[in-house]
Amino acid sequence: MEVVYEKPGTLTTTPFHYCPGCGHGVVHRLLMEVVQEMNIIDKTVGVAPVGCSVFAYNYMDIDMQEAAHGRASAVATGIKRVLPDRYVFSYQGDGDLAAIGTGETIHTVNRGENILMIFINNAIYGMTGGQMAPTTLLGQVTSTTPFGRESSHVGFPLKITDLVAQLPGAYYVTRQAVHTAAAVRKTKKAIEASFRYQTLKKGTCFIEIVSNCPSGWKMTPVEANAWMEKNMFPVYPLGDLKIPKG
Amino acid sequence: MEINQMEDNSALFMQGNEALAEAALRAGMQAYFGYPITPQSEVMEYLSAHAKTHKAVVLQAESELAAINMVYGAAGAGARVMISSSSPGISLMQEGISYMVSAEIPCLIVNVQRGGPGLGTIQPSQADYFQATKGGGHGDYRLFVLAPSSVQEMADLVFEGFRLADKYRNPVMILADGALGQMMEKVKMPAAGSLPYSEKPWATVGKPSTRERNILTSLHIVPERMEEINLRLQDKYRKMHQDVRCEQIGVDDAEILLVAFGLSARICQKAIELAKEKGINVGLLRPITLFPFPTDAIAKIVPRVEAVLTVEMNAGQMVEDVKLAVNGKRPVYFKGRMGGMIPTPDDILLEIETIAEKSRIAQV
Repeated sequence: MEVVYEKPGTLTTTPFHYCPGCGHGVVHRLLMEVVQEMNIIDKTVGVAPVGCSVFAYNYMDIDMQEAAHGRASAVATGIKRVLPDRYVFSYQGDGDLAAIGTGETIHTVNRGENILMIFINNAIYGMTGGQMAPTTLLGQVTSTTPFGRESSHVGFPLKITDLVAQLPGAYYVTRQAVHTAAAVRKTKKAIEASFRYQTLKKGTCFIEIVSNCPSGWKMTPVEANAWMEKNMFPVYPLGDLKIPKG
Repeated sequence: MEINQMEDNSALFMQGNEALAEAALRAGMQAYFGYPITPQSEVMEYLSAHAKTHKAVVLQAESELAAINMVYGAAGAGARVMISSSSPGISLMQEGISYMVSAEIPCLIVNVQRGGPGLGTIQPSQADYFQATKGGGHGDYRLFVLAPSSVQEMADLVFEGFRLADKYRNPVMILADGALGQMMEKVKMPAAGSLPYSEKPWATVGKPSTRERNILTSLHIVPERMEEINLRLQDKYRKMHQDVRCEQIGVDDAEILLVAFGLSARICQKAIELAKEKGINVGLLRPITLFPFPTDAIAKIVPRVEAVLTVEMNAGQMVEDVKLAVNGKRPVYFKGRMGGMIPTPDDILLEIETIAEKSRIAQV
């Protein structure tokens, strides 16, 4: 029988702990597919964040470091600076990358660190139980904005990817999703390109993945994806924000 | 001429911070991350100017938080890494240090202390003794802590620090102060390349097919597992006592024992000379390792002396460890100055005279 689809060897046998419908598992898989297909397992080091994907290293069968909350890109910087020929990526959520780690995010990209930063934006703190994230939409109900996010009180959704794209150190900045087969294919292409770009040493690759949180949003996976398309995509439109010249 | 091209046995006249930086290069430091803060900015300035010939990475980070996490990444990737700062900056690094202790990532952290609390002063202080020796950040952990008292030791203890960090897979701290960092003295530099690199099979460098993946983490959700790791770490801290070091001067015929570290110990030496002129025999025990603390060495001397005086540039921190070592067998006195003020030899002499008077009355 012909095998048309199988788990990449770069994923461990540990079952994902992610909720049904969550995008993390898909992104983990795409990263590990690319690492396997490029045959760079022995040259890849990943950095896991604090948040729902804190246990990323339980699933990815590669060398990994677990960073403190917000500091994944600083940790990745340290690794890349002493191992410049390795492929280094950080993996962070919105609270990690765009709230507590804003300084590290901006300065890592501003230095043009030759790493890939994966940014999962689901507009909520999933692991701690559904609190407001920096990317939470105006009016969105979370456990700390029970009447909806009000800009007069807690400010506006932070479009950090748009900020990052303005920095000269950024080489490739794109915003993707993983909620449909077509979106998954596009995201994989973006990841592949970003790994290839690392060898050019021309700057930081930054991929935002607009994702969902069915548990935090208190929706079924189907409802969550529909809500994401209707409400998230207008604020965080998919597509490339900065592409390499030439 | 470049300093590293000089003959290794030639004596140099160097500032403490610069001697420390030069020693780090000679000790084979592969990466340094930092953020400017007085009174230790010369460390990064010196390294920025000289690191290229040693092929070492020197990176000025956007904050102490970022810097200590860059250390985590680079040291976790197996490199020999140093970071330096002064008191407020070291406070900012505590989270990262706690994570590194738990993940057992070795590195060398230098604290050129200034007076506090808060933004404090830029003058020398020993106010961070508790922070350095009792953990510092959250959790139940220890750093190996070295206390230089001369520019020579600012250089020598860098080598010792890197060696001990690798030996115990634990961050090591050099606890200096603003005076040691800023003052200039004669120093003989250790030879470049004399500190071998150790194997780091745990480092995250990319997983070859010949081994399991390496993970550096401090997260252990199952409490039984977390306790197991704590027990292993505590066992490691006990083993560190085999590397305890102190200097003892004139303790054999002393009636009063001074215990002081770093700059305070230098001042005590002058006070001891002044006391001798007045007919009082005073000895000095200078801990070089603050953790592990030379408890046994102090306990051995205690029966031979009448009293113990601890001198520190703080409100009385190490004196608590001295009291534990003395264990109530002799009176323990304390003399300190705070906030960047330095005790003078005369201040200490006055204390010595008062104590001598008291113990002689007690004998009568």
